[in-house]
Order: sequence, then C-alpha cells, then structure tokens
Amino acid sequence: MNEFWEAKVTLQWAELGSSYDVVIIGGGGHGLATAYNLAVKHGITNVAVIEKDYIGGGNSGRNTTVIRSNYGKPEPVRFYQRSLDLYRQLEDETDRWIMHDERGLLWLAHTEAGRRQERSRSSMNLAFGAETHFVEPEEIAKLAPGINLDAGGEFPITGGSLHVGGATARHDRVNWAFAEGAMRAGVTIVQGVKVEGLILDGDRVVGVKTNTGDVAAGTVVSAVGGHATTIATMANVRLPIRTHPLQAFVTNHYEQTWDAIVASNDLGFYISQTARGEMLGGSHIDPQPSYSRRSDHHFINEISRRIVALFPFMGNLRVLRQWTGICDMSPDYTPIMGFTSAPGFLITTGWGTWGFKAIPAGGEAMAQLIASGETPELIAPFSIDRFANDRTLADRGSSGTH
Amino acid sequence: MALRIPCPHCGTRAIDEWVYGEIPIVPDAITDADARDVDRAYFHNNAEGVVREAWFHLYGCRRWVTVERDSRTDTFL
Ligand SMILES: Cc1cc2nc3c(=O)[nH]c(=O)nc-3n(C[C@H](O)[C@H](O)[C@H](O)COP(=O)(O)OP(=O)(O)OC[C@H]3O[C@@H](n4cnc5c(N)ncnc54)[C@H](O)[C@@H]3O)c2cc1C
Ligand SMILES: [Zn+2]
Repeated sequence: MNEFWEAKVTLQWAELGSSYDVVIIGGGGHGLATAYNLAVKHGITNVAVIEKDYIGGGNSGRNTTVIRSNYGKPEPVRFYQRSLDLYRQLEDETDRWIMHDERGLLWLAHTEAGRRQERSRSSMNLAFGAETHFVEPEEIAKLAPGINLDAGGEFPITGGSLHVGGATARHDRVNWAFAEGAMRAGVTIVQGVKVEGLILDGDRVVGVKTNTGDVAAGTVVSAVGGHATTIATMANVRLPIRTHPLQAFVTNHYEQTWDAIVASNDLGFYISQTARGEMLGGSHIDPQPSYSRRSDHHFINEISRRIVALFPFMGNLRVLRQWTGICDMSPDYTPIMGFTSAPGFLITTGWGTWGFKAIPAGGEAMAQLIASGETPELIAPFSIDRFANDRTLADRGSSGTH
Repeated sequence: MALRIPCPHCGTRAIDEWVYGEIPIVPDAITDADARDVDRAYFHNNAEGVVREAWFHLYGCRRWVTVERDSRTDTFL
C-alpha cells in the first residue's frame, strides 16, 4: 500500500454465462463480499454476481460509512465485532487502501435515563469484546471540540459512551476491493443486468430470469438491499421487511480537523468528518415505506436545526450535497440471513440503516453457509425462523440510524 | 422524500401532521392460525408499486384516511 500512488483497481468484466453453482443477485457490499469469500476462501469460483445498475450503486455506495460494534444485545455485538476485526485486516488482505480510519465513536446521552443506558451498554459491550467506556461531559467536550454541552438548555449532555473501535472507511473502495478480489479469483460480475424473475422447480429455486436471458443456479442468493421483498416474493417467501428511505448530506470543507464520530439518539442525528474535510450527517429513516430515492428540503431543515443546537459551528457551513438510499428495515433492527422456506434460495437482508459495517462478516458468514451447507454459529441467531419462534433480537436503541 | 398527504377534510397537508398506518394483509395461502398471527405481527407486503395504506391526521381532523400511493415514486393516485 502506498498513500501517494495506487494501482488502479482492475475490474475485469465478463459475459454472463447460462449456468453457475451460485448466482448472487445484487452487486452491493454484501453480494460482492459473499462472492469474494466463496472464491478466495472456499475455492468456489463458478459464481456470478448480477447487478441491475452498477456495483455499489445501492446503499453500499450511499451510506455514511460508520463501522462500529457497540450494539445492545450479545449476539449482534459478537457479529459486528467480527466485522470490525475483518475491516482492520481488509487493506492487508486485499492490498487495497480502503481509507480505514479508527477514530472512535462518541454516543451521547441527554437524560439521566440515557446516562444509565450508556453505562450499562458500555459494560455489556466490554463483556462481549467491543471496547466501550462511559465518559463524563468534561471528557466529551475534549473529544468533540465545539460542542455546546447544554445544547441550548433543551438537550443538556449528561454523559455518553466512547466506543474505541468506531471507524469509517471509504465505501466505494470497500465495494471495489471485494469486486476486484472476486473477479481475480474467477467470479463473473455483470452490471446493467436485472433479475426479473426466478426459475422454480416446485418450491425449489433453480435459477434466475434476467433481461438478457435465463441463468441456471445451484444456489441463488438474494443480496438486493431495499428490494429484498420484490425478489423474495418471486420465491414465494414472505419477509418481515419494510423498505424505508434514508437520507444523508455533506457540507463544504470545515477548516478544523475533527476526529470523532458523534451520535445522539435523542436528537436523532450523527456526524463525522470525511477525508475531504466535509462534515457528513445523517438522521432517521423517512416515516413512509417507499422505494423512492428522492431527497428533500424537509430533511435538511429538520436535521440542521438539531445539529446546530449541539454544534453551533455547523451553522456556518453550507450543505453541498444530499442523497437517499432505500433501506431493508427488519422489525427488530437486526439482520436476517441464511436459509428460507424455498430450497436453493438464500437471503441476506435486514441490513436497514446499519449494514455497511457488516459487509466483511456478512460475506464471510454467507460464504461459509453456502460452502458447508450449514448455518455458522455466529449468524444462527439471525435466521428468519426467529420471528415464528419468539426469538427476535429487538435492538432499536443501538441500531438507531447508522 | 417528505410526503404531502391529501386529506379529504383538510386539504393536502405536510407529513409531520400525520401518523402512518399499514393495512396488513395476511395472504390466504397461510392457513394455520398461529402462522397467521406471526405474519400479522411481523411480516409485510412491502409492495414495490401501488400500495393501499391508512394515515391518521393527528394534528388535523384526527381522522383516518385511506389512500393509494405508488411506492416507487411517492405519488398519490
Ligand atoms: C444514507 C445511508 C446511510 C447509511 N449509513 C450507514 C452507516 O453509517 N453504517 C452502516 O453500517 N450502514 C449504513 N447504512 C446502511 C448500509 O448502506 C446498507 O445496509 C448496506 O450497504 C447494504 O448492503 P447490501 O449489499 O445489502 O445492499 P445494496 O448496497 O443496496 O446492494 C443491493 C444491490 O442490489 C441491486 N439490485 C436490486 N434489485 C436487483 C435486481 N432485481 N436485479 C439485479 N440487481 C438488483 C441494487 O441495484 C443494489 O446495487 C446507510 C444507508 C443509507 C441509505
Ligand atoms: Zn384532516
């Protein structure tokens, strides 16, 4: 790796064939990382990734790139911590600079109850391997320069937790690193090809129908982000997913270096600084289920008001760009991965507003599942059966908005 | 995108005045009573296309309104 010069990513596009051992629908981070792991770790190379637009054109190229493992339940903490560890190794492993930056994430509390919650979350996180410490307001003032600790009187900061492993990475580079590695190992990746139907043999899914022709498959993996229900319906599989838009924005350059990633659940936003010096912000999903990726002024208006209460310096910056992705929200804010009631049809969904951090571990686990035919222990709690079995993993407070 | 929802009583109003209400439809193909309960509790039609849905005009006439919307474009029909 060289910070000044970097070989261009070499993406070798192939023609789509007519039959594969594994067909992955969707060239987002999860589809690409699954393909990469299948080919590189398990020697399963007769694999195709079919992407309707361009790779990373979905949420994997639209997110705010927060990587963290400070979740609220043991099973997700363990899983996301694995992903955090894999992100740390990804540059060495793929020989690509993904701009991984472990800068720490500060999660603010604004009430006494919030303070207690951050305390207990810190100890739970520590117990399951995700280093997190409770911090007092004085320390928060040092970690987030320019913060207004009494937030105009309305949302005074009562404490918070510092998640030491909190990080960011350049999303496109993550997608390209996995795509390049997969292509080198022999995976076929095609863009501009849309899956319009599934080929069924009884209940079993045996291939996909695309706008350029049919493709037979031993296994079909749906990794389509917000379009999860559309594809699953073709396999007669019901999903507990609702698709909601999520918006984000960046400002012009802020002249100070600003290290931490800061999140406030009560105020419903989080911010960080990009490598270009822009301040990057995000908030809640839009309330209506929708597949529309139109952005709006309403969002900027709302979020600015709340951000400026806590960070007055942001009031002097200007919004440069805003954009929207459509998120596959699960009812318990936890992923849904693995086998379905349709043989030959696997899903990786429920990534909602939180799935960028999960790309390395998600791809690793899906590939293990396909290679071995068995669900890896790490993701067993995320099976779709949990809803019927009363084993949901409700974690709204910590999945939050990123 | 922030919706503006048509109210037959108050006119078209900003989404902040409203509460979303899904109209859950459990497929007839699910016949087992427990399975129907699970479906109603957790599963969704989440259609990519025209959807029928209810909105409660909380900060307005406080009535439920049923509308049709294209979930691909957010336009009301
Ligand atoms: C604004 C925003 C901010 C976010 N911030 C964060 C964050 O800070 N941290 C975090 O961890 N997560 C974040 N997320 C969530 C994260 O981006 C997603 O969970 C993750 O990228 C999902 O990856 P994926 O591969 O499952 O889906 P996607 O990246 O959406 O990929 C799915 C792909 O499938 C393709 N596809 C769909 N239908 C078809 C079809 N019929 N045929 C062929 N291809 C098809 C799409 O074109 C798309 O490229 C954010 C999301 C958004 C929108
Ligand atoms: Zn009304």
